[in-house]
Amino acid sequence: MSTPPILDKTLDELREIAARYPEPRSGLLPMLHLVQSVQGRITPEGIEACAAILDISPAEVSGVATFYTMYKRHGVGDYHVGVCTNTLCAVMGGDAIFERLKDHLDIGNDEVAVQRQGDSKTVSLEHIECNAACDFAPVMMVNWEFMDNQTPDSAVQVVEALRSGHEVSSTRGPKLCTWREAERVLAGFPDGRADEGPTAGEASLAGLRIARERGWTAPDPSEAPAKETGQ
Amino acid sequence: MTDQLTPVLTETWDVEQGWKLAPYAALGGYAALDTAFAMSPDDVITAVKDSGLRGRGGAGFPTGMKWSFIPQDNPKPKYLVVNADESEPGTCKDIPLMMGNPHVLVEGVILSSYAIRANKAFIYIRGEVVHVIRRVQAAVEEAYAAGHLGTDIHGSGYDLDVVVHAGAGAYICGEETALLEGLEGRRGQPRLRPPFPAVAGLYASPTVINNVESIASVPAIVRHGAAWFASMGTEKSKGHGIFSLSGHVVTPGQYEAPLGITLRELLELAGGIRKGHQLKFWTPGGSSTPLLTAEHLDVPLDFEGVGAVGSMLGTRALQIFDETVCVVRAVLRWTEFYKHESCGKCTPCREGTWWLVQALTRLENGQGTEADLDQLLDQCDNILGRSFCALGDGATSPISSSIAHFRDEYLAHLSHGGCPFDATRSTAWSGQEVTA
Repeated sequence: MSTPPILDKTLDELREIAARYPEPRSGLLPMLHLVQSVQGRITPEGIEACAAILDISPAEVSGVATFYTMYKRHGVGDYHVGVCTNTLCAVMGGDAIFERLKDHLDIGNDEVAVQRQGDSKTVSLEHIECNAACDFAPVMMVNWEFMDNQTPDSAVQVVEALRSGHEVSSTRGPKLCTWREAERVLAGFPDGRADEGPTAGEASLAGLRIARERGWTAPDPSEAPAKETGQ
Repeated sequence: MTDQLTPVLTETWDVEQGWKLAPYAALGGYAALDTAFAMSPDDVITAVKDSGLRGRGGAGFPTGMKWSFIPQDNPKPKYLVVNADESEPGTCKDIPLMMGNPHVLVEGVILSSYAIRANKAFIYIRGEVVHVIRRVQAAVEEAYAAGHLGTDIHGSGYDLDVVVHAGAGAYICGEETALLEGLEGRRGQPRLRPPFPAVAGLYASPTVINNVESIASVPAIVRHGAAWFASMGTEKSKGHGIFSLSGHVVTPGQYEAPLGITLRELLELAGGIRKGHQLKFWTPGGSSTPLLTAEHLDVPLDFEGVGAVGSMLGTRALQIFDETVCVVRAVLRWTEFYKHESCGKCTPCREGTWWLVQALTRLENGQGTEADLDQLLDQCDNILGRSFCALGDGATSPISSSIAHFRDEYLAHLSHGGCPFDATRSTAWSGQEVTA
């Protein structure tokens, strides 16, 4: 993957992030996301740029960059695939999905699959911890978008569609963008795609559907005891 | 008699584009701002106190009381920080809430900030959920455009700015002081308390940190009154809460109900355990809450009820496991998680979780003797209560509770010379191959 240099536009945006906060150093996490969106990973150049803007040492920035798992010191694919192998997803099939993808892509954890002739995009693979979608287990993430209720077969289909450059949509979100584009959103630069995807996935609606069917609601406020406080 | 399910926060989730301002406002959204602005900030705090709302992020600390700890004579700025770092294994309520109803969170942020007299608030969202971050970013933007955020909100003279902040992958940042470190651009390691964040939090200023669901519960309390909220739930655990069922149930998902509902009742709504199987063990509130079994089906799921049987209500993350699941495998995997997420600051947790993984791996592989179980419990004793923060304590919960309930299963690994379970039987698609 290419590693474009950090140009003035990015330096301006890094300063813009720092300026969102009462103390500029608070911007460091999103600033590192922006570095990744431009360079594809955390580079020494990116570390030094952040350090210079925040007037702290590159070692301090490095210390932060190495603490958080979303910061990568080596490149990932255009599409970074995460398979949840925390307990619940693991027993529901996450272990089997992860094994199948490692085998299919012929890579280990946290590696990038070889770009075959004819592949227009690359994928990388990582096992991840609980991503807060347990009611959709087993769960896979692609560039931190939800791919709910996966099977080993569906997971292989997803990575193959991604490698061949086909459009793939999150099961509960938008059309998948690249990892670098997603990192830019995390840096606090919206991509205008919040309105894609449904309000909620099927499992999220389980209780609400029953309540609607049975006419169950929260108590009627007009029947609640009089306000004890206020005006 | 209150209905069994009480949608409040989940109310917009089935609405077309329910994440937008217009449908939220059509349901009365942002109406609570004028109600609050007509009250003094202290009266808003009193209303939240009177409602009985307790923190929905796991610990259950009374929200209004937390707010009242902010020293208003402190000349420094006050801050509100929303903990949207939802990462506790099994917990999956705040993510769909922010995706489907982000405006209820934004409205809650405004009301809560007004109450504690903060003019700057932060929503710290874990980084691994890009679409959730998009929706919250967009909701904040819409709220500014509609005059619900910014200067002189609704002509009240009250100003508030909100920053949506993405984390970068660290379970420990769900711990409130580690979250503050992350928000200050540092490694997410917990701080020594006292001083508590209410006195010296973000930038050493008075800071309230609340879970997403806690803050999102505030608008309805202000709109409908403390008594309305308190009419739901049990004596000391008031109001509605989202219960998240996952695992081996027919219809996993989110069920918003008054606190005090039981797992038996929830399972009836969710169609029961998957066909042909039985409940074996479950977590009431995430992996850090001690495991329960079928004998606890009728325990009221409120802070007191779950506490009385030796566990914790936690985040109401009900992970359901049937008899196909090896409890040792399950516990080993959680323990690997705690080892991975230990921040390294204190010795009992950093070293202890490493040793726990070694010991459990041996047991899962059928190696060792019964004495290793006692050594494992001894290791837990040396972590629980001796760690810097609750991560270390939580790491011991699945181990000690599983040995208490399933000691024989651990021993079966030793007599069997390995794990006696077939891991393929627990998958979501198990049994479907033959019928397909």
